[in-house]
Amino acid sequence: MGAPPEVVSPGTVLGGRPAGLETLHLADDDTDARARLVVVGNGMAGARLVEEVLERDGGEQVRITVFGDEPHGNYNRIMLSPVLAGESHEDDIVLNSHDWYADNGVTLRAGVRVERIDTAAKQVHGDDGSITPYDHLVLATGSYSFVPPMAGVHREDGGLLPGVFGFRTIDETRAMLEAAGRCRKAVVLGGGLLGLEAARALQGHGLRVDLVHAMPWLMNVQLDAEAGAILKRSVEALGITVHCDVLATEVLGSGHVEGVVLKDGRRLDCDLLVVAAGVRPSTDLAVRSGLEVERGIVVDDQLRTDDPDVYAIGECAQHRGQVYGLVAPAWEHATVLADVLTGTDPDAAYHGSRTATKLKVAGVDVATMGITAPERDEDEFLVISEPRRGVHLSVVIRDDRLVGATLLGDTRKVAYLTQAFDRGSPLPEERIRLLVDLSDGKAEVGVADMPGDSQVCNCNGVTKQTLCDTVKDGCTSVGAVMDRTRAGKGCGSCKSLVQQIVEWAADGDVTEDESASWYVPGVPLAKPELMAAIRERDLRSVSAVFAALAPGGKEDAKSKMGLTSLLRMMWGDDFADERDGRFINDRVHANIQRDGTFSVVPQIKGGVTTPAQLRRIADVAEKYEVPMVKITGGQRIDLLGVRKEDLPAVWDDLGMPSGYAYGKSFRTVKTCVGSDFCRFGLGDSTALGVALETRFQGIESPAKLKLGVVGCPRNCAEAYVKDVGVVAVGNGRWEVYVGGAAGASVRKGDLLATVGSLEEVLTVVGRFIQYYRENANWLERTYDFVPRVGLQRLQHVLLEDGEGIVADLDAGIQRSIDAYTDPWGQDGGRPATPGQFRPSLPLVDLPKVPVR
Amino acid sequence: MTLTELAGVRSHVVGRVEDVPPGEGRAFVAGGVQVAVFRLRDGSLHATQAACPHAGGPLADGQTDVDVLVCPLHLYAYRWSDGASTSGAAPIRTYPVRDVDGDLVVEIPASVG
Repeated sequence: MGAPPEVVSPGTVLGGRPAGLETLHLADDDTDARARLVVVGNGMAGARLVEEVLERDGGEQVRITVFGDEPHGNYNRIMLSPVLAGESHEDDIVLNSHDWYADNGVTLRAGVRVERIDTAAKQVHGDDGSITPYDHLVLATGSYSFVPPMAGVHREDGGLLPGVFGFRTIDETRAMLEAAGRCRKAVVLGGGLLGLEAARALQGHGLRVDLVHAMPWLMNVQLDAEAGAILKRSVEALGITVHCDVLATEVLGSGHVEGVVLKDGRRLDCDLLVVAAGVRPSTDLAVRSGLEVERGIVVDDQLRTDDPDVYAIGECAQHRGQVYGLVAPAWEHATVLADVLTGTDPDAAYHGSRTATKLKVAGVDVATMGITAPERDEDEFLVISEPRRGVHLSVVIRDDRLVGATLLGDTRKVAYLTQAFDRGSPLPEERIRLLVDLSDGKAEVGVADMPGDSQVCNCNGVTKQTLCDTVKDGCTSVGAVMDRTRAGKGCGSCKSLVQQIVEWAADGDVTEDESASWYVPGVPLAKPELMAAIRERDLRSVSAVFAALAPGGKEDAKSKMGLTSLLRMMWGDDFADERDGRFINDRVHANIQRDGTFSVVPQIKGGVTTPAQLRRIADVAEKYEVPMVKITGGQRIDLLGVRKEDLPAVWDDLGMPSGYAYGKSFRTVKTCVGSDFCRFGLGDSTALGVALETRFQGIESPAKLKLGVVGCPRNCAEAYVKDVGVVAVGNGRWEVYVGGAAGASVRKGDLLATVGSLEEVLTVVGRFIQYYRENANWLERTYDFVPRVGLQRLQHVLLEDGEGIVADLDAGIQRSIDAYTDPWGQDGGRPATPGQFRPSLPLVDLPKVPVR
Repeated sequence: MTLTELAGVRSHVVGRVEDVPPGEGRAFVAGGVQVAVFRLRDGSLHATQAACPHAGGPLADGQTDVDVLVCPLHLYAYRWSDGASTSGAAPIRTYPVRDVDGDLVVEIPASVG
């Protein structure tokens, strides 16, 4: 039971001024050089347009007059349901009071109805006899409640029978509230959004409510039949009686409503009847004034009617055949038109809205976007229906893009789906992830529910709150927020979460980062276009790429490493190496440490070593006073804290090739004991691991590649969570998994192929690596790349040769394999550049690097 | 290697221009002060303090372009023009450096070192 409503006398002007204050109406001042903008309609669209114009300093170019049918200021029509339910006070829904109009120099003619437009004389005629000239006229007349034809619904004078109400304005809402106190039984006509909300609100005031809906299921515009049936059960559980698929034909009562008769002959008694059977665009004025009207007032992409000085926006407008009944498109109209009228962007254009709505109907969460059911044979349709819980979720996918979604009873996925719908962003291969969180440790949604102090970027200690505050400060592109906060600039594994939070905090108002698609920040091209340009112009060095393709030919320090990797991949031996294009690790073939020393990891193929190797490593560690010797996760031995100037001598004494533990390249193959010794082993994993490492050693790639081979599915060497993992499954067969990870992200790899020989493993792995090299973004790990491209596509391209590129891939990887030389042997004897191994720190005593 | 002293500034020859490969940096000591000297691809010379103010990284091992120097440890970037960080770290000190007949001459104020 709701609290008794506060009854406001029907005469009160919402958002009005205290008695005694009069708005001064200045006569049309001919000395005012500003153009005259007249807006007809003071609802959500009209008032928003005025705000948008003022925001663009339009007040200096135009003087604005707004006509409002209702005597009130501008209020939020969407919030009438909570007012009817007694949950909101009507003062809370005022958007712009009369004072606001006065303060902003806008003339509000509230309570004046415009009867006619003289488009030839460019004047509007009000029902108070006034004539107002305009230079630009905007029609924002909205829509009105549709009253279906029923005997007895109208009085003789054309008004509604007492006790019958529309549900569209604050005055109707007030009248209903006033009547609700006296009435006992209500019938609501219309099982759409408004009808359901009216029914719920009246029931909250203690009335018995019958809801009559002409269509076969509730909210038939937004929901499919199944979801509508589930909603019906939820609504009936509240105690509202629902009658679907039946028309009301007659309204009973002479002086006051007493009941309705349904087409099937049933009679429902009531002393209050709400008609919420849909709305129609208010186009009378436009029709009378000779403008082109179909379902709504016809407008072009600049919201212009067939008269060049008359525009229409909001629910009364029809754009490309569409009439919208939602507030978001109306606001988009207002934004575009304000750009046009103020000259902020004279070419601004409206291209239609993709409508997505999220609402609470009669206590049930509903979110819908796009279409509700598959329309073509190839459309994918996924439905999860749990009638008992009142949950019904469905998505429609076309050409790998989300084209529709319906969420009833559980809208946790709405932010994620709205993004996918608006952006056409890639969808998870497992479609069920669109609707359900499968617990694999991936933080996909729930961004809204994260507490503000939860840390998002663990590398740089950035919290959700910091990201939100940065957005609030005006950073609205993901890149700008990352630059400002350094979030996502460490290991990068939180980037997608950062993106989601920024999108959530910006409430969909995210500026697209053009640069997000670029391969490197300094050259404005995505990888395929960049590669094409490099080939076409035969660019063989990093500086040649900058000179030819960067804006102003300007080099960019943070782009050099990515370009070096790309050029080396593309040209192999024919790459014109420039040492400054390499990161320090690649200049000295070792991994820089926090104190400026380096770590040295010799190659130990497949993790198989010998006593002689171990002895040499031990000798080197002692001779060069290596501070730490560490067994790595990749089954190798790491000598940490080696001085830069000692590197060539260390390599020489080791007599082992580089393990490439420093590069964005193929790193290592971790193996289990395999079949030689292990009593469970099904395949010789160590031999295969050694073969893989021998074949692909040192191959540069967009990000590091860590491999694993296991001799049985017990997975002792963790092959399932490697960039490429190979698993023996018996009878000489091997499974090849790709896209696994067990770092900052944890992901089980996808099964790319099951093959019958070691040679086939080498071929498939080589193809995958080459495809990844040619198509992944710089620093994009396979665990992002594989889901982005999709397993099916990979299989299609790599196994079925669906794009006819397999021969090229095989040749490409072979070229890189042939070009391999051990960098330690290469630069060890004679430095590649003067001072290549000259110490950079410390030459003199410096304050020690603080040790944590 | 001190050459001259002028108005509280000492000039030091720290090495030859060809000691610094194009686009790269090398560390030197100039009158007891450790400096990193860079020769950019456009031929210009720059000198900065040798250690990154953020976490002590060896700036001479960084990557460069005509606008900035990027520290190899955490990729903080510093502008050549004024030493300011473009990513929120404390600024670095820069020193005048020039090519005198192939010698790298770095000027260190007497107040430093």
